Amino acid sequence: MNISVREWFKSGSPWVWMNAGAVAICMIMVIGLLGLIAIRGLSHFWPADIIQGQYTQDGETVLVGEIVETNEVLTKQLIEAGIKIPTTDEFSTRYLIKIGNRDVNGSDFTWALEHYLSDRQTPEMLFNAERREWGNLYGYLRSVKQSGEEVGRYDGYDKSAEYLALWDDLELRIERALDIREDILEIEKHEIGEINHELERLRLKERSLQLKDLTDPALYETINQRRKELDTAYQGLQQRLLDLYAEINRDSITAEVATGQQVEIQISKIVRAFRPNDMGILQKTGHYFAKLWEFVSEDPREANTEGGIFPAIFGTVMMVILMSILVTPFGVVAAVYLREYAKQGFITRVIRIAVNNLAGVPSIVYGVFGLGFFVYFLGGNIDDLFFPEAKPAPTFGTPGLMWASLTLALLTVPVVIVATEEGLSRIPRSVREGSLALGATKFETLMKVVLPMASPAMMTGVILAIARAAGEVAPLMLVGVVKLAPSLPLDGNYPFIHLDQKFMHLGFHIYDVGFQSPNVEAARPLVYATAMLLVIVIALLNLSAIAIRNHLREKYKALEM
Amino acid sequence: MTMEAKSHAIDISSMQRQHQSLRLEDETIALTVRDLELYYGDKRALHGVNMDIPKNRVTAFIGPSGCGKSTLLRCFNRMNDLVDSCKIEGQMSLYGENIYERGVDVADLRRRVGMVFQKPNPFPKSIYENVAYGLRIQGIKKKRVIDETVEWALKSAALWDEVKDRLHESALGMSGGQQQRLVIARTIAVKPEVLLLDEPASALDPISTLKIEELIHELKKDFTIVIVTHNMQQAARVSDYTAFMYMGDLIEFGVTDNLFTNPEKKQTEDYITGRYG
Repeated sequence: MNISVREWFKSGSPWVWMNAGAVAICMIMVIGLLGLIAIRGLSHFWPADIIQGQYTQDGETVLVGEIVETNEVLTKQLIEAGIKIPTTDEFSTRYLIKIGNRDVNGSDFTWALEHYLSDRQTPEMLFNAERREWGNLYGYLRSVKQSGEEVGRYDGYDKSAEYLALWDDLELRIERALDIREDILEIEKHEIGEINHELERLRLKERSLQLKDLTDPALYETINQRRKELDTAYQGLQQRLLDLYAEINRDSITAEVATGQQVEIQISKIVRAFRPNDMGILQKTGHYFAKLWEFVSEDPREANTEGGIFPAIFGTVMMVILMSILVTPFGVVAAVYLREYAKQGFITRVIRIAVNNLAGVPSIVYGVFGLGFFVYFLGGNIDDLFFPEAKPAPTFGTPGLMWASLTLALLTVPVVIVATEEGLSRIPRSVREGSLALGATKFETLMKVVLPMASPAMMTGVILAIARAAGEVAPLMLVGVVKLAPSLPLDGNYPFIHLDQKFMHLGFHIYDVGFQSPNVEAARPLVYATAMLLVIVIALLNLSAIAIRNHLREKYKALEM
Repeated sequence: MTMEAKSHAIDISSMQRQHQSLRLEDETIALTVRDLELYYGDKRALHGVNMDIPKNRVTAFIGPSGCGKSTLLRCFNRMNDLVDSCKIEGQMSLYGENIYERGVDVADLRRRVGMVFQKPNPFPKSIYENVAYGLRIQGIKKKRVIDETVEWALKSAALWDEVKDRLHESALGMSGGQQQRLVIARTIAVKPEVLLLDEPASALDPISTLKIEELIHELKKDFTIVIVTHNMQQAARVSDYTAFMYMGDLIEFGVTDNLFTNPEKKQTEDYITGRYG
């Protein structure tokens, strides 16, 4: 077994090791990336214990909150920064604590040095209330009020029956408030939304009559008639809303927070209240999945730093599907012409090179083009021609779903062209000749034999297009994505798909939450969670396209002849 | 002539009896070729070919590789149109109609002059849909008509018994020999007048080859058949007339028996006795 280094090199083993090593490094990087965003993103939803302790830096205070991050810092560094720390250890432990109660403390987070933190405990009665405004509240429940009158009170810190009764009462009241809230949303979003939608259409109709110089009073009369009906309906709904708001704002609670203050909040502002220190593993798991579900199914709250990201998921999927619908026929038709009809020569070669290079143009350039050409030029002209009554408010002359999809379709069309051409060139001549010899024209041969056989290749193109488009953010910022869209681009109001609306997108959401948020610390875990979701959405879109392709391949597997 | 065809048995002795009585002067002519010149770019591939192909007979083209026999065959249904650099001079007509005239409907010509290729090329569709393809192209929609034609074509191609229980399975699951007979069925389903076979058995095993040869015998009752083959025994077995081609020239054309037993030209004799080619 004594081989020289020279022989070892000649045997090829180092080469194999090098290749295998490269693959291993790639795998580690991919797994590491997915692992990091999965762990960081998913752990955010786990209900952390709330700690309480005495903090003795700059006087003595009570500290209540969740430990978010722990790190070791050089003591010297702290001292240089002007922090007094009476220790000789080289390193000191520092915590980032989410203390919540932004309405009292002014900020959600604080740094605390372990050295000053004493008497750490996790009292079972501490509770966490997720609110619609001002972030989390950490404290002890003190009283529950109905219409300003106290209906229950407890001033201790122990898990007594009295306290639990008060807590149960609170949970019932939160439940009630959430039910009423659902009714309110139903009325505001759907019923009033529909009325507003119709009123707007009536206004546009009237304006268009005026623009056409029609003065027949009968026409205006029907519009006014309908408008009156709608107004009456609106008044009715408005009254119901007022009643519901009175109902929802009936209850409130007071809580004692870390500073010892009593804070009063309305129950209608509470999303959920729970006592993490008193929860078993099963309860925590249940809570975890409820939060996860909220994340994927609800609208965002608090400048996107709380709540869910459903509109962003919906917008992303919708935009990608629209893009695929636009890009596939366009790319396929172009590829068919280039490969099947155009005379092969210098010009087709130039076109092919141009198409391939188009795929390399930076995406922001497409965004600029989309804004200049689609939005301002095309959209502006469409508005002039078809929606003059809505002016000066633009309909299509403003960034929106349609222009975003079109811009991305343009961005990905080279991929589809190249893949389809590849597929067409692989169809054996014998099969084409077989069809032609039976009296089929070239067109019939294309439609009945060649294109079906090339369909798996087209799907490959679409898969690549989806992979590229779904993760694209830069051009979207110019042609249609917004931080917060008031409604989904698909709803029950005519014409159901609102191509002119702006929409939310996961990629932009990551950027917005991570870098534009006023509350960076609170938003950070959401960046990971959203990134993970974006990866999952793209993977799902790709997998479905791959499933379609495999089905087609199975059907037309004749290329091995 | 038709009576002879009807009483046809597939043994060689009757074939030979029939051959001896054949004379080109007595035949109805289906295809005529006059002074046909064909160029691939600057290269001349056919040099002034003249030929009459009789109706309801099997005419074989033999000759060494590259002699132009497949090229000539592909002229009959204008398959050479697909080659960009190909240019044709001279005349070629089907029952007196010039097929290279301006305004000829090429698709219709190809329906009348069907073609089977060297390698089986079924479409990636079911057996049934393969045979129905040509009919659907013609715009026939009635299911009954299509059903009947598919059955007739598959029976004529001696394939019906093997596939009648799996008509709707993919044609790509068949053996090579079956695929080639399916392609023949597909071609005759549109009822062409002429059937062009371009080395139809060269990619097949001996048993499949035999079946194809028997099939050719059966089919000549209904179709005029032109077959290109490398295999001289095959030409002798299946054809009534044989054309020997060499380097783009038609050297000799005549009744198969005469050509093989008593060739007029030295080149023909050299080729069939295996001295070159």
